[in-house]
Amino acid sequence: MADKDKSKLGEILRKYESELLEHWVNEQLSSVTFRRDLISEAQLREQSSEFVRLLGQRIDGGNYTDITTEDWGPVREMLTSVSDSRAKQGFSPSETASFVFSFKQPLFDRLRKEHGKDADALAEDVWVASVLVDKLGLYVGEVYQQAREQIIMRQQAELLELSTPVIQLWPGILCIPLIGTLDSERTQVVMENLLQKISETGSEISIIDISGVPAVDTLVAQHLLKTVSAARLMGADCLISGISPQIAQTVVHLGVKLGDVTTKATLAAALEVALRTLGLEVKSRQK
Amino acid sequence: MERIPILKMGPFLLVTIQVDMHDRLAETLQKDLSERVVKDGARGVLIDISSLEVVDSFIGRMLARIASISRILDAETVVVGMQPAVAITLVELGMSLEGVKTALNIEKGMEILQGSLDVETGGDQDAHQEN
Repeated sequence: MADKDKSKLGEILRKYESELLEHWVNEQLSSVTFRRDLISEAQLREQSSEFVRLLGQRIDGGNYTDITTEDWGPVREMLTSVSDSRAKQGFSPSETASFVFSFKQPLFDRLRKEHGKDADALAEDVWVASVLVDKLGLYVGEVYQQAREQIIMRQQAELLELSTPVIQLWPGILCIPLIGTLDSERTQVVMENLLQKISETGSEISIIDISGVPAVDTLVAQHLLKTVSAARLMGADCLISGISPQIAQTVVHLGVKLGDVTTKATLAAALEVALRTLGLEVKSRQK
Repeated sequence: MERIPILKMGPFLLVTIQVDMHDRLAETLQKDLSERVVKDGARGVLIDISSLEVVDSFIGRMLARIASISRILDAETVVVGMQPAVAITLVELGMSLEGVKTALNIEKGMEILQGSLDVETGGDQDAHQEN
């Protein structure tokens, strides 16, 4: 009994494929949420027809509840590519998922026509169809999220790489210009990079320039101070330069103790101190 | 019994720590070093830890102790070649190695020791060596 009903779903999808498609496309085009600016009618039609076709093929196979199995592969692939292309076009995740959910309306209409007075069969099929469409819609949403996450992770990695060049200003003097917001992870990477370079080059003085850091909180300040302590343990020293008036006020306000760490407002001033410490001096050439 | 070799370089002694230190070895080193400082009239001790990838509180204390003992015997101690990972760990552990001077490498360590000597003798090494 249950089988007979379920097989009707597949039958209906294939038999009335074009009607369903027509009905569905019109539904989508006339909906207030339709993004005419992001997708053309032709493209919408193409995506919709592909979906109906694949769905019809699939449903006959008997498995309507588990869309993670291999036989649902083509449908998942198609939905993944729709999700990807819509994400690129600028659709929001719910707009993209609505694409699938909106199929319920034409599908239920058709089911009602087919089942006529048979309320039980209708209820059964509507339920099965509803659960299935829900799963497919949610799948689309998830794929969208995953794509987003990947972009974020890639950007984070790029950001990490961006932030840690160590420059040798002069034999014995290193400079590390910090840019952007410093979080725990980045500061850790910065610290390790700098200390590694100090060891490799045998540079006694490092200038940590924070002109590019918009704000400093207690955690960041502590990380910086730890870096200075580690460098000193190794036999080198650090100066901190590029401190903005705002950061200076924040540091005092937070009660961060800078101890005997030399701080300068500009990189130039820090460079002067560094040269002097190394016993060097910059003079103008005699004319 | 294993001993850590102590090399003489002019007025200084050089010790390279390459193996895991355990109690006995550390004690022996302290003893050997103090004896050599007196015997050779050494004015400085260089401890090279560039081979150590891990330094725990035990080694930290040992280094501080050697520095204190040497100072009493009129020799200065400089620890050289600390690896970045070690420095980071020590900072995280809150160990500051008080009273221990450090340098990035042996050359710089020697410069420090030589510098202190020069200050002492007023920069006139020849007068000192004439004895």
